[in-house]
Amino acid sequence: MINEIIGIIFMVIGSLFYILAGLGLLRMPDSFNRIQAGTKATTLGAFSILLGVGIYDFSNMIKCLIIIVLIALTNPIGSSVLARTAYKNGERGVAK
Amino acid sequence: MMILILSLIGVGVLLSVIRLIKGPSVMDRIISVDTINMMIVGLIAVLAALLKNSLYLDIAIVYGILAFLETIVLAKYMEGKS
Repeated sequence: MINEIIGIIFMVIGSLFYILAGLGLLRMPDSFNRIQAGTKATTLGAFSILLGVGIYDFSNMIKCLIIIVLIALTNPIGSSVLARTAYKNGERGVAK
Repeated sequence: MMILILSLIGVGVLLSVIRLIKGPSVMDRIISVDTINMMIVGLIAVLAALLKNSLYLDIAIVYGILAFLETIVLAKYMEGKS
């Protein structure tokens, strides 16, 4: 019973981070700022939600840790490749 | 309680879809698609906890790998085209 409550708290924290990612994606003025807001907040939100699912039912913990390692390996690479492509296409940002 | 979590994730996806529709350049749309993919991985994991079925986590693993591949392929395709 106590692990279900702790898991639900982790999942609520993760979904609030998802809302922050969407808000930053909508409000930021520039492509690089949008990459920052969309990738970092989404990575932390996915960590928190998957940890919450693993705590909610302990038999799912191994698969959740596998997905956490996968996201920690692939999400920064995707962000870096997106920023490289935006820079090579002539995007320079709003700050001089 | 799970319905509240699914609704919060839905609000995040909705805010990203607004940027996907009105994005000024193609790179903004690709960034938005990447963000939506990571949100859907979390949503499938919550669905596994809601329905008490462990097979949805396998779907989340495969979806994460395919989302990474999609981001890399779209970014390398757009390189050089302004």
